[in-house]
Amino acid sequence: MELQTLTYCVVGATFLLYIGIALKSRASSTGEFYVAGGGVHPVANGMATAADWMSAASFISMAGLIAFNGYGGSVFLMGWTGGYVLLALLLAPYLRKFGKFTVPEFIGDRYYSKVARIVAVVCLILASVTYVIGQMKGIGVAFARFLETPYETGLFVGMGIVFVYAVLGGMKGITYTQIAQYVVLIFAYTVPAIFISLNLTGNPIPQLGLGGTVADGTYLLDKLDQVVTDLGFKEYTTQTMGNQLNMFAYTLSLMIGTAGLPHVIIRFFTVPKVKDARLSAGWALVFIAILYTTAPSVASMARLNLTNTIQSGPIGEADGNLKYEDRPQWFKNWETTGLLRHNDKNKDGRIQYYNTSNKEFASVAENAGWRGNELEHIPFGKEAKDAKAGPDNDIIVLANPEIANLPNWVIALVVAGGLAAALSTAAGLLLAISSAISHDLLKGVFKPDISEKDELKAGRISMIGAIVVAGYFGLNPPDFAAGTVAIAFGLAASSIFPVLMMGIFYKRMNRAGAISGMVAGIGVTMLYVFQHKGIMFIPGTAFLGDMPENWFLGITPNAFGAVGALVNFLVAFIVSNRTAPPPVEVQQLVENIRIPKGSAGPATDH
Amino acid sequence: MEENITSEKPDESNRRQEYWRRNVKIMLGLLVVWFLVSFGCGILFVEQLNKIQIGGFKLGFWFAQQGAIYVFVVLIFVYVRLMNKLDREFGVEE
Repeated sequence: MELQTLTYCVVGATFLLYIGIALKSRASSTGEFYVAGGGVHPVANGMATAADWMSAASFISMAGLIAFNGYGGSVFLMGWTGGYVLLALLLAPYLRKFGKFTVPEFIGDRYYSKVARIVAVVCLILASVTYVIGQMKGIGVAFARFLETPYETGLFVGMGIVFVYAVLGGMKGITYTQIAQYVVLIFAYTVPAIFISLNLTGNPIPQLGLGGTVADGTYLLDKLDQVVTDLGFKEYTTQTMGNQLNMFAYTLSLMIGTAGLPHVIIRFFTVPKVKDARLSAGWALVFIAILYTTAPSVASMARLNLTNTIQSGPIGEADGNLKYEDRPQWFKNWETTGLLRHNDKNKDGRIQYYNTSNKEFASVAENAGWRGNELEHIPFGKEAKDAKAGPDNDIIVLANPEIANLPNWVIALVVAGGLAAALSTAAGLLLAISSAISHDLLKGVFKPDISEKDELKAGRISMIGAIVVAGYFGLNPPDFAAGTVAIAFGLAASSIFPVLMMGIFYKRMNRAGAISGMVAGIGVTMLYVFQHKGIMFIPGTAFLGDMPENWFLGITPNAFGAVGALVNFLVAFIVSNRTAPPPVEVQQLVENIRIPKGSAGPATDH
Repeated sequence: MEENITSEKPDESNRRQEYWRRNVKIMLGLLVVWFLVSFGCGILFVEQLNKIQIGGFKLGFWFAQQGAIYVFVVLIFVYVRLMNKLDREFGVEE
């Protein structure tokens, strides 16, 4: 069957599956809408959490990032998994014992303050909206590339699907759909990886293949180090991202950001008991680790395959480089998207791909008659004059099955997997946003006497509102879309995580401390990001310039959340110790959440 | 363990504090391992560890791209076991 027809079939079948599940699990109470009635088995919840967590960025972009950053890409691997240890040990069991529906609700009760609750809602909405825009864009792009529909059509279909299962089913519908989506996405990720590892190293387990040997008997990683350094690139296994402090801060920001993202935290409200919350974090990480330990293998093998395809013979020899006419089919397919293209600078009809910024390699290139790097891509939504060196990061996972000559059904599956990753994350985020509006703002602050039925209705309406807003930004992607995920992490790391942790572990922490800590943490992080990336990302307003020499201790804006969190902790601690201690009831509340016994059954008893 | 459940026993507050102290100890111990495998082996001492080669992997690189993740998974399950045991010992399980 032709690829496009096959892709339609596979994607259509998965969509029908998601809708079928949604129709079977309609939410009929606020408890079911917000936390799936609190009765989800820990293994099932772990799987749903994994799908919730792994976004279009994890599925599509991460392996590409690692492929071109080598060892430096490890910050994403460690950062996005290590956060689960913090979640399991520092937050999940205690928030489950607290036994309510949302993260701002905990902050409001623990800090006996509607102001703290509203500040938390604002942080939550900012972090979640910026994150959801990226997912919407991912859905539109996947449709445009593989189903050849206009970007807008893809976006509307995606919005429609999320609408059906998230609005009807609430957390209950989302949870069971996410389980199905996890199965689709993990299958789609690992099957091509297994085939490629088998082809290249003879080992069917990609995690082991990474340490295995290639056809000529040398180790894969040694081979890769050699072929990339031969072309003037940095050695794969030792190239870093910024200095060591930046790697440290980047990893830490991603870890505490992960632990502070509300759509992940609320997943732990859905299990029956405190011990299930601990266990569920463990299972979530098992399911996440399957993809995250496969990613480095996918990355290095793709980089090796790509380099060997272009530089097919010895460097400097006339026929050492791939003839443009002989380029493989996948190259042609991706050329139509602009995410990969050939710019024949020396007019020899062959492709050269090397590091032009390496001074030592310049003479080698000169002698070989090379006139610059000829493999480029045009970033999505940009024009030909903005072309950048190398292929687009995002094609690594999507093109992988084609590069390895895998059958069409595998390619169709990868498309369905990417869509599953984007849809599941979007749904989780939309639920976090809508519960913050209907439960925290409406019921918690403005209309405390609202009936459960009306609150459920309000929850559904705010979900629809959130989908429309996300869709609007998907259609008119703000220029800052690429930088926004980093902001979401920075916000979660510098505001939400510290106040949650101190709320549990530091009984003396009071209202004044928490509010000033949150404001200071976000303030510092936003200021740093804006001064380097532009106010609200408007080009030209970056008053310190996006220049490495202006970075504080060499820390990139994306990695600054860790510093923001530190500021939050310090300010909160100082302010809290100079103001009155929290009231006795609050100290009892803290005592109470520290002991598993006596949690009020499923979180529905509210 | 039944006596710990009844509410206003004078030593109940001590028991609670002891439970919490042991909980924090378990947590800190595991967080030390968490820090060592990721920030330690994967970032701070990566160059030294890279001098050790196991199979096709430089050890530091392996920790940063795979090893740390495996240890994270194990850590959470160890935590679950230790905490379940502690909960039973203090009679505070659900």
